[in-house]
Amino acid sequence: MSGDVVDQIFIRAKQWLLSWLAGAPDWIIQVASSLLNIFALLGVFLTLFALISVLERKILGRMQNRYGPNRVGPFGLFQPIADGIKMLIKEDIVPARADKIVHFLAPILIAATAILALGVIPYGRNMTPFAIDGGILFFFAVGSTTELAVFMAGWGSNNKFSMLGAMRAIAQMVSYELPLIITTLPVVMVVGALSPDAIVAAQSSYSFGFVPHWFVTTPWGAAAFVLFFVSGLVESNRTPFDVPEGESEIVAGHMTEYSGFKYATFFMAEYIGMFAISGLTVTLFLGGWHAPIHVLQFIPSYIWFFAKLSALLFVYIWLRGTLPRTRIDHIMNFAWKFMLPMAFTCILAAAVWHYMGRGLAGWLCSLAVIGIVYIALSILLDTRKRFATRTYRFAE
Amino acid sequence: MTPALHLFLIVSAALFCIGLLAALSRRHAIFILIGIEMMLAAANLNFIAFWRFGPQPQQPIGVMVAIFSIAIAAAEAAVGLALVLAVYRHYRTTNVDQLNQLKG
Amino acid sequence: MNSVAFILIAILTLAAALAAASLPKLIHAALSFAVTFVGVAAFFFLLGAEFVGLVQIFVYIGAVAVLIVFTILLTGRDAGKDRGFNWGGVAIAIAVFGGLIWAILKTQPLSIAAPPIEALTVRRIGEALMTSYVWPLQCVGVLLTAALIGALILVMNEER
Repeated sequence: MSGDVVDQIFIRAKQWLLSWLAGAPDWIIQVASSLLNIFALLGVFLTLFALISVLERKILGRMQNRYGPNRVGPFGLFQPIADGIKMLIKEDIVPARADKIVHFLAPILIAATAILALGVIPYGRNMTPFAIDGGILFFFAVGSTTELAVFMAGWGSNNKFSMLGAMRAIAQMVSYELPLIITTLPVVMVVGALSPDAIVAAQSSYSFGFVPHWFVTTPWGAAAFVLFFVSGLVESNRTPFDVPEGESEIVAGHMTEYSGFKYATFFMAEYIGMFAISGLTVTLFLGGWHAPIHVLQFIPSYIWFFAKLSALLFVYIWLRGTLPRTRIDHIMNFAWKFMLPMAFTCILAAAVWHYMGRGLAGWLCSLAVIGIVYIALSILLDTRKRFATRTYRFAE
Repeated sequence: MTPALHLFLIVSAALFCIGLLAALSRRHAIFILIGIEMMLAAANLNFIAFWRFGPQPQQPIGVMVAIFSIAIAAAEAAVGLALVLAVYRHYRTTNVDQLNQLKG
Repeated sequence: MNSVAFILIAILTLAAALAAASLPKLIHAALSFAVTFVGVAAFFFLLGAEFVGLVQIFVYIGAVAVLIVFTILLTGRDAGKDRGFNWGGVAIAIAVFGGLIWAILKTQPLSIAAPPIEALTVRRIGEALMTSYVWPLQCVGVLLTAALIGALILVMNEER
């Protein structure tokens, strides 16, 4: 089949490159294979980072009735290169009272963990850079290290704004890690595996040839998808949950005392973390690299993956252009009072769906479970009644 | 080729003793907790090493013990740090030598 | 290659552990403590227990290390330095280390090389947890809940 050649072109290229080393000992081939994976991953995602950083500004510009960057290169597309040069030649300022080692290590750690997390996501058929049995666990284990890196940045800078920003970031990341992990549980339960490849394989079939068996098409999957997406927004510190670096309140949060290339590293780590969490969302709920309709399977798998990833990234940018910043106590209350119970409900609904034979009856019953809990929670958590009707007073 | 069991045991013994050193010779309560956690990790390393080199590596016994011990260590750390906080609030110190009210 | 990895991980782990036990600043000690646990997790990977290694990183770096740094912050910055040092502890630790090494080197090895085993998949661990180890699992669940409630009560405001 000709479609297969295009689909597997990157795998073939890698095998061809490795065939040069045919006589070498085993461990050299192993190291070379890992290095190829790493370079491919870095190349793709750093390009995507450059592209997204300019596209985000252009899309935000469109939403706010202005042009956005349009001076450097065609349509301003070379803006990231100009920004990169600017960042590189800036002076690197370290505060005199800073903890030098911790201050230096924080950006390295945060970038390293963000890139590591990218490794376990399947980008296409046979295209998982680091196929490990506990891939999902690896993703979260590596992701949880980010909190320590943020803390190191905040504490190492020896600045009250940095410390406040780091405290806010850690508080919201710890709180939203619970819903994030618990909403992956129903998927893991239904698939019966922690490996991302198995999760993608479980979503490969279609009903009637056009309804994909993605988990987002089930009620529990849809609810878990929304919860996971919101938690992902918080984990990547994006608007409306960007209080850790709220410019109008605490300068730039834990990044206040960083300049030049270190600041750029933080910026990059944030975007790469966003790509990683979106990639995991695609893998868990949106069928990974599978085509949405059966007849469209001739399009290579990695194109589908990156199309879904771009769609999610567009929603991230869209939300940034639309929503105002949330207050920190509202964020916390939302996490513990709404997100967590709903995440547990998703597990329950998935169990109902599974034990009723994964058919229409199970679909309706799990919808009922989620609906009942959602309505109960919204009645219980309703705070509107506490306030009197707003009266407007105008200057005489 | 995986290194021999002896090497793992020596490393884990060294880790245990460093943990013991931290727990016995430092006076700050948090250091003592760190030392205890290190000793627990050394024990876990031993469990996994004995499982891997033992007569029955097909049964995941050592792995199970290690998983449970990690869970218990996490609970211990949470309660221990809460105790440190409560003591600090009451006595304004975290030095364990100054907590001597029950001394006769 | 595994021997090289073993030596590197051993040096990293033990150096970080020594740093955690001896650095005067608490925050530095806590961060070295995190590095120690990454090293221990790497040992688990080397021994074929990937799941335990991942759980180790997840629990210790993601939860315990963050808890420790938060506690250090909440107990005040002036308490950040630890002054007292008890040299008796060093003597005891060295004595215990000597005894352990003597015991290790004196015993007959169980088997020289690790027997090759099939990979310990998460599925097998899950099945074992849900069948033969279900009672310990339940007990750990109760323990964790009790620890959660206990820790909350301990840190609640005394005035209320």
